[in-house]
Amino acid sequence: MPGQFKKVRRPPDNWWVRSYLPAILQGLWITARHFFRNLFIFTAHRFGLLRHVRAGVVYQWPEDPRPVAPRYRGRHRLLKRPDGTPRCVACYMCETICPAECIHIIPQEVPDPFIEKAPKAFYIDLSKCIFCGYCVEACPEDAIRMDVFDFRLAGYDRFQMVLDMETLLNSEPSVPDK
Amino acid sequence: MLRTLLIDVGKALYLFSGLMGLAAILTWMERKQSALMQDRVGANRARIFGLRLLGLPHIITDAVKLLTKEDFVPAGVPTWLHALAPWVTLTVACLPAAAIPFGHVLPWGGQAIELQLMDMQVGLVYALAIASMAIYGVILAGWVTRNKWAVLGSLRAAAQLIGFGVVLGISLIGPVLLYGTLNLQEMVHWQDTTVLHGWLPRWGIFFQPLAFLVFLTVGIAETKRIPFDLPEGESEIIGYFLEYSGMKFGAFFLADFIETVVVAMLTVTVFLGGWSVPYLSADQGGFVWPWGAHTAVPPAGVALLQMAAFWVKVFAVCWLLLLIRWTLPRFRIDQAVRLGWQYLLPLSVLNTFGTAAVLLIVGQ
Ligand code: SF4
Ligand code: SF4
Repeated sequence: MPGQFKKVRRPPDNWWVRSYLPAILQGLWITARHFFRNLFIFTAHRFGLLRHVRAGVVYQWPEDPRPVAPRYRGRHRLLKRPDGTPRCVACYMCETICPAECIHIIPQEVPDPFIEKAPKAFYIDLSKCIFCGYCVEACPEDAIRMDVFDFRLAGYDRFQMVLDMETLLNSEPSVPDK
Repeated sequence: MLRTLLIDVGKALYLFSGLMGLAAILTWMERKQSALMQDRVGANRARIFGLRLLGLPHIITDAVKLLTKEDFVPAGVPTWLHALAPWVTLTVACLPAAAIPFGHVLPWGGQAIELQLMDMQVGLVYALAIASMAIYGVILAGWVTRNKWAVLGSLRAAAQLIGFGVVLGISLIGPVLLYGTLNLQEMVHWQDTTVLHGWLPRWGIFFQPLAFLVFLTVGIAETKRIPFDLPEGESEIIGYFLEYSGMKFGAFFLADFIETVVVAMLTVTVFLGGWSVPYLSADQGGFVWPWGAHTAVPPAGVALLQMAAFWVKVFAVCWLLLLIRWTLPRFRIDQAVRLGWQYLLPLSVLNTFGTAAVLLIVGQ
């Protein structure tokens, strides 16, 4: 395309640039600026001033919890029907799609002829789970969701990382911050 | 006799606790300053009686942790040699401070106490000679532990410290020619006045900026810290102290900080007027301001102000050294050695000849 070009201004290449001194001074200027800015704001915070300005970008968890976005994919929970029984019909969709093979369902018969089956036991092994969310996508009954924003998922042994149906059914959904 | 001894012991304790205290505070400053530079908060979880004190208790928790860790000695290594290396490093790191004047004189009971541990005519040479001995502990540490990576670290340290040690000496010849003395106390006296009709303190940095730059660069290289941390190179070879744990490792770690303080002390003494306070003159009995005013200060006040000024300046230079350490990336070994031999050495020789020529012309 004639006449359509952008002229790139090359940075000068001389002994002054090559001595690295200007670049070093620039770098020191930037870091020193951050240092004094944060020092000033932190000191102001100590005296209760400038509270609305954040110094630094880190959250002092757990005192200062991190805001969680609504689309955050958290821990699993099983939903209930109005009568309190699990919505899950033990169709094995989630167990089949799970790439980490960490869902284990034991089904049982239910007297209600309009419900195929129900889980007798439902285990999710969080130490294997990769939090891909496929189980939520696969569920035909909207029985499983990942909206418990608990990221303190730690245990002293592997068995503490396995969620059973009781825990899954009785988890409350978290309220997103924004 | 006893009185002299007591005074000497007191001075040694003062200087040593100042040096160690500042080095310990630097371990805290290193975390906090780097945190502020990188928009973080820094270590703040250790507490004393529920008080966090800006993270200062971390100095104590570090010491407790290092003291209670397993002291690992690799199989087949003589224990006494293994233990010798950190203490050589630590001792040698502290010694140069003995020649540094940390004040002028302190009037005490009708007697004037010289505020310097060793008043030597060759104080500067002494400091540099001792500083260049730091390599022994480093080589010993790498060699004795029979670990390839540690030996690599020692070899790098040898290549680096010998190369930069030469420049360290030559870069200071310019200031030495200017002051006409190797005595560190006399150097400070030379700088303890003003030029430009009393406006500018007669500090070495204004007359020898090139020497200052070269000396600071080489000084950082001597402390073996980023951007010259090739002997350590945490991300690749761990370095000469690879086979050390617990407080033996802590000794190497602390030695780096002590060297930082010592380099700051030397920089302050040679280039930044040492203990001298701008416009404060002991002979005139107070501040002589450039606009002609005069503020009287009692002799004891002058001495205390000067002692404080020394530490303030040392602290400021330490801050600058930490700023550099947390800003610049690391050199490669060939870059560092080339920088030393091909650029800094000629520059410092040039500075020496330039200073000599100017002094010759001005002197005539
Ligand atoms: S999030 Fe993914 S890995 Fe975890 S249980 Fe669901 S499907 Fe399996
Ligand atoms: S996909 Fe839904 S309904 Fe089917 S077993 Fe899993 S949770 Fe239950």
